[in-house]
Amino acid sequence: MKYTEDHEWVRLDGDIATVGITTHAAQQLGDIVFVELPEVDAEFEKGDDAAVVESVKAASEIYAPVSGTITKINEDLEDAPEMVNADPQAAGWFFQIKLSDTSELDGMMDEAAYKAFIED
Amino acid sequence: MSDEKINKTALYDFHVAQGAKMVPFAGYAMPVQYPLGVMKEHLHCRENAGLFDVSHMGQAFLIAKDGTFETAAKALEKIVPCDVSSLEPGQQRYTQFLNEDGGILDDLMVSRLGVEGHRHWVYLVVNAGCKIDDFAHIEKHMPEGIQLKILEDMSLIALQGPKAADVMSKYLPEAATMPFMSSLDIELSGMWCHISRSGYTGEDGYEIAVKHADVVEMCELFMSHDEVEMIGLGARDSLRLEAGLCLYGHDIDTTTSPVEAGLTWSIQKHRREEGGFLGAERVQKELAERPVRRRVGIEPMGRAPAREGTIIQNMDGKDIGVITSGGFGPTHGGPVAMGYVKRKYAKSGTEVQLVIRGKAKPAKTVKLPFVPNNFYRGE
Repeated sequence: MKYTEDHEWVRLDGDIATVGITTHAAQQLGDIVFVELPEVDAEFEKGDDAAVVESVKAASEIYAPVSGTITKINEDLEDAPEMVNADPQAAGWFFQIKLSDTSELDGMMDEAAYKAFIED
Repeated sequence: MSDEKINKTALYDFHVAQGAKMVPFAGYAMPVQYPLGVMKEHLHCRENAGLFDVSHMGQAFLIAKDGTFETAAKALEKIVPCDVSSLEPGQQRYTQFLNEDGGILDDLMVSRLGVEGHRHWVYLVVNAGCKIDDFAHIEKHMPEGIQLKILEDMSLIALQGPKAADVMSKYLPEAATMPFMSSLDIELSGMWCHISRSGYTGEDGYEIAVKHADVVEMCELFMSHDEVEMIGLGARDSLRLEAGLCLYGHDIDTTTSPVEAGLTWSIQKHRREEGGFLGAERVQKELAERPVRRRVGIEPMGRAPAREGTIIQNMDGKDIGVITSGGFGPTHGGPVAMGYVKRKYAKSGTEVQLVIRGKAKPAKTVKLPFVPNNFYRGE
């Protein structure tokens, strides 16, 4: 699993990446009440707004951590957005994206580096 | 603004010790949430009791040098639309300061002290973000012989929720039967305080003014009960939104009038008719001709919250208003909002659309509050 400075995690399987927000991000956001996911087949450049996560208090943008095409979204989050708080790094995943350039993962942090990053 | 001094309430260290996340609000470092989190704090307050630090708010007395309540009340009535003169000792009312154009400068609580020897004192509680301007406004409009005494040594806390009366009556049995919007000046466990039966959550409860030197002890006293949890600004906002209560600077401001805001109930009949307060012209005109827009509750049909600033459209896609407060209502169990719409769309049940991130989402206008008020109205 790789991590971004925007507190997303990315798990690569072949050329498909599963994306979600980190446990740290979920804790910081607080109680999540709504997740707006992208549409399947939507194309994103790295850094584009891809999803929105709303906590009780505020809305936060989720950026596409890599460039590519959405292949699958976690539809369970529509009725159970609280899953992002309960299990952010597994069942609370957001979407899967087919990478157009796998080298974009190279600059991302591993778990140890991310841990150091959030402790800064 | 970064070089502006951040004030701390007398409870600052107490909040930090409770694990609060502190944020700047109206010039003060205030607790936005505690370890429980906004959602659980909100639900706890609706089901049990919550304790709030609202010491950032402004408190003052208005005292007539002739020693009569009537002189101070009449002077204040020049700048607020409510009937102050008819307040009985220990009675409180909600009102607003209006500007000359009938816009709202702030909303406030006004009461007459009930304690013997001080029944001519008028007690005001105003919003933190407006207090400096409010006090200047009062000074400007008070005639000779009226003294504005700003309380610098008093904290203000609120104990709110269906169990608030149980907790309070353990110390003050008489608090259990205090009427809604009445107050007592009394000693609680050896600490002098001014207690009113009122709040900003839609629940039964009390607001308590107590000396800075005593406020930590008083909070510890309330917190010694399992029913009581500290509640931060986050849940304070969702509680008042579900209760349909206005937040100054959002749902009401200098552009909105009390009539548009649906606050006509706070202007007693004879004051509506006689006027004689700053801004009366607009209030009377809007009462006669009806306002062009009205504050309404807005219920989004989906799960997406509609935040402040969201455009409200009719079903033809024409702009008809804007959301002034919106978020998620934990007790309501879905998104809740309020805003202003053109009058013809104000009838509850009207279908409207909300433009959220460029997409029109279905919603309808609803009667406020979203969650029924649970005020104490006597046995």
